[in-house]
Amino acid sequence: MIRAENLTKYYGKTRGVEDISFSVDDGEIFGLIGPDGAGKTSLFRMLTTLLKPDKGKATVGELDVVKDYKKIRKKIGYMPGRFSLYQDLSVEENLAFYARIFNTTIQENYHLVKDIYQQIEPFRKRLAGNLSGGMKQKLALSCALIHSPEYLFLDEPTTGVDAVSRQEFWDMLENLQQKGITIMVSTPYMDEASLCDRVALIQKGSIFNINRPEGIISDFGRDLYALRSRDMFELNKDLKNYKNTHSAFRFGESIHFTAENISGEPESLRNYLIEKGHEDLKLEKTEAGIEDCFMDQMTAK
Amino acid sequence: MRNYTENIIEAENLVKKFGDFTANDRLNFQVKKGEIFGFLGANGAGKTTAIKILCGLWLPTSGNIKVAGFDVYKQREKIKRNIGYMSQKFSLYEDLTVKENFRFYGGIYRMRSGDIREKTGFFLKKLDLEKSGDTVLSSIPLGWKQKLAFSIAIMHDPKIVFLDEPTGGVDPVTRRQFWDMIYETAHNGITVFVTTHYMDEAEYCDRVSIMVDGKIEALDTPGNLKEKFRVESMNEVFIKLARKK
Repeated sequence: MIRAENLTKYYGKTRGVEDISFSVDDGEIFGLIGPDGAGKTSLFRMLTTLLKPDKGKATVGELDVVKDYKKIRKKIGYMPGRFSLYQDLSVEENLAFYARIFNTTIQENYHLVKDIYQQIEPFRKRLAGNLSGGMKQKLALSCALIHSPEYLFLDEPTTGVDAVSRQEFWDMLENLQQKGITIMVSTPYMDEASLCDRVALIQKGSIFNINRPEGIISDFGRDLYALRSRDMFELNKDLKNYKNTHSAFRFGESIHFTAENISGEPESLRNYLIEKGHEDLKLEKTEAGIEDCFMDQMTAK
Repeated sequence: MRNYTENIIEAENLVKKFGDFTANDRLNFQVKKGEIFGFLGANGAGKTTAIKILCGLWLPTSGNIKVAGFDVYKQREKIKRNIGYMSQKFSLYEDLTVKENFRFYGGIYRMRSGDIREKTGFFLKKLDLEKSGDTVLSSIPLGWKQKLAFSIAIMHDPKIVFLDEPTGGVDPVTRRQFWDMIYETAHNGITVFVTTHYMDEAEYCDRVSIMVDGKIEALDTPGNLKEKFRVESMNEVFIKLARKK
């Protein structure tokens, strides 16, 4: 189990995180969803014993992150957000190096990394600095796994990675979960939230919601409409100027709209847009996603 | 998109080789004035190489390519003066103030002092940052930095602006505000050439091209691409194409 109680970290006057509490059950994939600067990395560094909290307490597998930091380090694998392997060592050398730091060998734990490492093995002689983004990510994950950790901390493993590689990466995480590894992963991509067992939404150093993805969506509590018309640019503008607009955000090919006051909607809105001359207008009720929920909470503050 | 007909980019059989490796394999495309052109592809597909050529930074191996009416072999300095560029990784100077960043880039583009002052005032007002003109950039939140970087990339009224993953890591509200700025820019006749890994953003483009292993495998409006591949979203189009290999 990973447990954080009132964790707080300031950098001078700048807030890293404030008063954060949550727990992750063994065997869970727990997602930390939020934009850059939300405090995700501060949280990871405290849980991986690289940064001391100003206040609060955290444990990983019943071990305290401050007192028992040496023991914790043997139990965890950490993949930092910035690529942090040795660029001037080859793929193979990096993996062997990480194995040796933890007094093990590639052979001993090969079964753990096999599925992932096999994909980059044809390039094992290549310097890590010369790998493409997707391959670097696979190597970093292999290195974080080679000592057979019980807990895996992945800080934005899919940032800057294309949609296909992102999907492959999440498939790998599911495999690791089945091997009994507890995974805490952060991401700025809201669509990845649905792939976690539970998620925490984090913004400006505090967590504002923790729940299963379905739970977060059912908390949304507003009528959400998806709109399209021939001229999306004008539709966007007109929705922003409509008197009863609570929110209007583009979502792919539609615009998602919520009303300030639900009475008379969406009929009044439809009339307003027809008056504005929109052609091929489509207006239908839709279900909220994690991103809708996140933005609703963001703009509420 | 307005109905402009002028081509701002014309690429005919663009090829770039590094030794035996072909990074760009006979790319053919045109981008029109005022268009929002999405340039998509997996990591390592060859997008960055193509952008560097279009920006006049690298020479192609072969092909006929014109950007803003200038030849990429012979008129690279002219290209550089007629384009804007911003990316998530490289944007502004952290230890300069907001105004100093405008001043610096305005100078690089050889704008007159009066014009720089006018544009600085214009964008600060538009972004509601008038009070932050003398703030050092490092203390400005990321979302605002990205909006500033975009404003600075178009302050010299380029014919085209290249945006390389401009919204990476930005919160979802700011990401949409950023796209509102892109729309407005295109509406005012500046062509926008943009890369992104957010597939919902691909839907906002007038047309998108998808590169796979150095080739352009698809190029059309998002609507036509979805119809052609019989899927509901650009994400599915992308995954179908990039998984094909």
